Amino acid sequence: MTSRPYRSRIRQVVHATAFVLLASLSWSRPAAGSESLTVVSWGGSYARACQKAILTPFTAQTGIETRLESYNGGLAQIRAQVETGKVYWDLVDLEMADAARGCDEGLLEPVIAADLPPAPDGSPAVDDFLPDMLTECGVGMLFYSTVYAYNPTHLAGPKPTTIQDFFDLEKFPGRRGMRRSPLVNLEFALMADGVPVEQVYATLGTPGGVNRAFRKLDTIKEHIVWWEAGAQPPQMLADGEVVMSTAYNGRIFNAQVLENQPFVIVWDGQVLDHGVLSIVAGTPKLEAARKFLAFATRTESLVAVGRYISYSPARRSGTALITTHLETGVEMQPHMPTSPQNTARALHNNWEWWSDHGDEMNERFSAWLAR
Amino acid sequence: MSSKRPADGGVFALFGPQLRAVGLVLPLVAFIGLTFVAPLATMLSRSVYDPVVAAALPETLRLLQAWDGVHVPPEPVFETIARELRTARQERSLGRVATRINRVRGGLRSVLTRTARRVREAEGPAWRDTLVGIHAAWDDVQTWHAIRRAGERFTARHYLHALDLERRSDGHIAPRPDEYRVYVSLLWRTLVVSLSLTGLCLLLGYPVAYLIAHAPPQRANLLLLLVLVPFWTSLLVRTTAWIVLLQTQGVINSTLVALGLIADESRLAMIYNMTGTMVAMTHVLLPFMVLPLYAVMRTIPRLHMSAAASLGASTIQAFWRVYWPQTLPGVGAGSLLVFILAIGYYITPALVGGRSGQLISNMIAYHMQTSLNWGLAAAIGGLLLAFVLVLYLVYDRLVGIERMRLG
Amino acid sequence: MASTHNAHVEFEHVSKSYDGQIQVVRDLDLTVHEGEFLTLLGASGSGKTTCLMMLAGFEAPTSGTIRIRGRSVHDLPPRKRGIGVVFQNYALFPHMTVGGNLAFPLEVRGIDPQQRRERVRRALQLVRLEGLEDRRPTELSGGQQQRVAIARALGVEPSLVLMDEPLGALDRRLREEMQYEIRRIQRSLGVTVVYVTHDQQEAMVLSDRVAVFRRGRIEQVALPETLYEEPERPFVASFIGENNLLHGRVLSVEHDISRVEAGGQIVQAFQVGPCKPGDPVTLAIRPERVCLAPKPELYSNRFEADIQDITFLGDHLRLRVAVCGSTDFIIKIPNIVGHGAVLAGDRVQVGWTPIDCRALTPDEKE
Repeated sequence: MTSRPYRSRIRQVVHATAFVLLASLSWSRPAAGSESLTVVSWGGSYARACQKAILTPFTAQTGIETRLESYNGGLAQIRAQVETGKVYWDLVDLEMADAARGCDEGLLEPVIAADLPPAPDGSPAVDDFLPDMLTECGVGMLFYSTVYAYNPTHLAGPKPTTIQDFFDLEKFPGRRGMRRSPLVNLEFALMADGVPVEQVYATLGTPGGVNRAFRKLDTIKEHIVWWEAGAQPPQMLADGEVVMSTAYNGRIFNAQVLENQPFVIVWDGQVLDHGVLSIVAGTPKLEAARKFLAFATRTESLVAVGRYISYSPARRSGTALITTHLETGVEMQPHMPTSPQNTARALHNNWEWWSDHGDEMNERFSAWLAR
Repeated sequence: MSSKRPADGGVFALFGPQLRAVGLVLPLVAFIGLTFVAPLATMLSRSVYDPVVAAALPETLRLLQAWDGVHVPPEPVFETIARELRTARQERSLGRVATRINRVRGGLRSVLTRTARRVREAEGPAWRDTLVGIHAAWDDVQTWHAIRRAGERFTARHYLHALDLERRSDGHIAPRPDEYRVYVSLLWRTLVVSLSLTGLCLLLGYPVAYLIAHAPPQRANLLLLLVLVPFWTSLLVRTTAWIVLLQTQGVINSTLVALGLIADESRLAMIYNMTGTMVAMTHVLLPFMVLPLYAVMRTIPRLHMSAAASLGASTIQAFWRVYWPQTLPGVGAGSLLVFILAIGYYITPALVGGRSGQLISNMIAYHMQTSLNWGLAAAIGGLLLAFVLVLYLVYDRLVGIERMRLG
Repeated sequence: MASTHNAHVEFEHVSKSYDGQIQVVRDLDLTVHEGEFLTLLGASGSGKTTCLMMLAGFEAPTSGTIRIRGRSVHDLPPRKRGIGVVFQNYALFPHMTVGGNLAFPLEVRGIDPQQRRERVRRALQLVRLEGLEDRRPTELSGGQQQRVAIARALGVEPSLVLMDEPLGALDRRLREEMQYEIRRIQRSLGVTVVYVTHDQQEAMVLSDRVAVFRRGRIEQVALPETLYEEPERPFVASFIGENNLLHGRVLSVEHDISRVEAGGQIVQAFQVGPCKPGDPVTLAIRPERVCLAPKPELYSNRFEADIQDITFLGDHLRLRVAVCGSTDFIIKIPNIVGHGAVLAGDRVQVGWTPIDCRALTPDEKE
């Protein structure tokens, strides 16, 4: 007459399965190795370069063990560690906007600029670092760039050369890869729409400017394949999934020299950004962490990384020392985002604008995507 | 269950069986309390309670209580906020305060951080001029409204935000500008996708579960293994495998082209869209449907189908009237599981969803990990939770009604 | 077996094998008459349930023909055979009420609700469960569930009802009660029933005829009394009731009486089936037909026997004696005045008439 037994049966099955799921979802936290220093970076070929160029030599010189972990950016994990008082990440390679924000929130240790090693020619660190590279809580390491690249084997006829070409479906039909984020894409759109480099952020600061950027993106919206991880664009280009894609220049470079992919980078309209190395506030290994920070920001260290993957050192003294690729002997200069021939139209990412408007832009971008 | 007998079984026996049972369950209850209930409660409280700004700018907020809201506040407010911003910077809580105020009105983060940096050297008494000199935004009434709004300890702001609504400065609740409305449509899409996935999983999983439940033991074990092996494989590996299969130059498209079924230029778009999301997620979630179904089907005697046949029912009648109703507890459990998992899934849609395959959980992840707007993330999560609970109750009722009609 | 005018079901050379090697049913012939209550009796694995399932249509014979009312049912699905089946463990649908279960066969036949309700009510009346329409099967006792299962099988008024160990799950008292109930219903409706059980007492109580199964074959089909009094095979003799089996060799045969040597003694026995001197035979003597201190003029078989032990069983005594090469020979004597003169270890005279001693062809070895 009632269906009680059946309903309670459903509940039983649901509950039993839920418990199994709960158990399988149990998290694991990396053990806080008391003796070794944990350095957190971006993974992939970049992390490999850091390991070879910095971590291994550091251990050899100081005897301090290091451990490289990867993450996908953001402050969430650092904040959780600092707030619970269990800090097991010692140093983190951060995006500039996160470094500034982490500093304001007290998540990062202030940098003692005087501790940083001088350039090989003896000039002090404060002079050797490029402008804005020394900040309150972090030291700029390397410039990387978001560019677009194409695969000539899947793109017959004339080849694209400018950022306008990326948005030109008539001359270059086919699908494009873009990062699923408003970051950089809005800048690309405005530059392609004819906004001069120096006015991009001023234009974005007006509501009309943002609308203009989205309208430009609208013109290719149906032809965009969105990517999420840095490893995706080279793969999509190789597979012919897209005819061209925005990408981090180092990833394309690695595909070119290590996998012999015929990809071509279009440097026009590239958006430069730089990574920052910071010490997490409250680390129990502050002394060792400071040693590591000093070691990692030596000119030699930065140059070594730059000779594994095409990212430019943040020190003046480093630029000239980037010669050939350490694994293949390829000449590095043409591949560096800061080389003069690549910076004819290059935009520096304005992290302050993005930390003010990032959330808003992301919501608007999501709304735009969903439409 | 006599309590008159003398205790003879050690300490536990003194307390009687009920207490002993409580003692045995206690560790699990504590575990769930610590790892599930407490974090959930914390998150939900974050969606309505946020004391950071109120704690950092107490005097400013007190003075703003008396403010008319029409003109720029008087000099003492400027003096107070300059002092409190300076203190916040020294205590390194400025970032958190600025972030929160920035969420109410975009662009104020740099105003606040810059002001706090520069105000160190500044002196009174002309505080208003000093601040406006640092940034013109201090001369804007909206800035002060934003500070006052962010200073509320208890707020419905996050829930309004999660429903694409906002409170205007005059206190009215109104929809947000069209180009920023995203959460409701994503919620709606997530709901539709989850329901379709549940249906698809049921459609594909039911025959498989039937086969396994009624196969001879050895073959059943093999089939069950085939269902479980993908279940044990890394989610990323499985998702990547689908990319390899479904992409434009992928195995399926190339096979179709090679067979001459489609032209090389008109390869099918099966990934980075809703199709890709549906295919990959169905694969990921299928075991959650098959296992409960299998568990329930195993307990249904095959004799029932024979009995129905002997009573004159055709195979179809026997299935729908006798077999299917008895599997409803499994169908219900499997559907609930798949639906609840689907509604919170984000890795697969992020990887293969492309533009149209993004779900509400991707926004939660974004606010948890990138924007660190945990209040909003908690509010969206709270909405999802409420939604699932309502659905569970509705389902409970529905199954009950279904039963009564059949009986 | 030729069809007769009142044959309801006929099995003709029916064999069944699931795996192609082991024959579950071997070359079986059987006729069930109209209105008859026929029981298939046998141990588990003897093929009786398989026969029932083939008749119901859930299994197909490997070879041979099954006919219902003269028509081969080879290509007839279960639902078209017009057979009611009562399953082991009832197979009531747990998600339906009692009324729902009973209405099910009517519903799938498209009978209108009005008539359905009336027939459900009548069916419940038949099995004396009036007023339980709205209960769930799980809320009923075992006996009540059994009645519902029977009522359901009878719901569409089949002329043939199959029952597969329907009382197996009930306790003894309830089983006995249900036996009479089943018999009553069968008689009142006049349906043909084919009933499967391993309980020989149940078979005796219920059946018009009993078919004794052994290893996929029928050993004997007969009235219950006939099976008891005139078993044709040693297996039947010992399966139905208690029997003493003695192994011997035929010395001579004269008319129906043969002289058999068993354990060094000469026994006169009623010869069942043809045989010649030297053939091995199995002698079957019922324990209650053996007499202590027999009068010579009545009992031509008289022997000395040593009493091994005596068991007091209320209405009778049970003696285990050593005689004619068997140390396990059972004698039952009624508990009446004047029997009590024997003790374990005594040597006594025992005797039986040749008519009560059947000489049977031995069973083939297992």
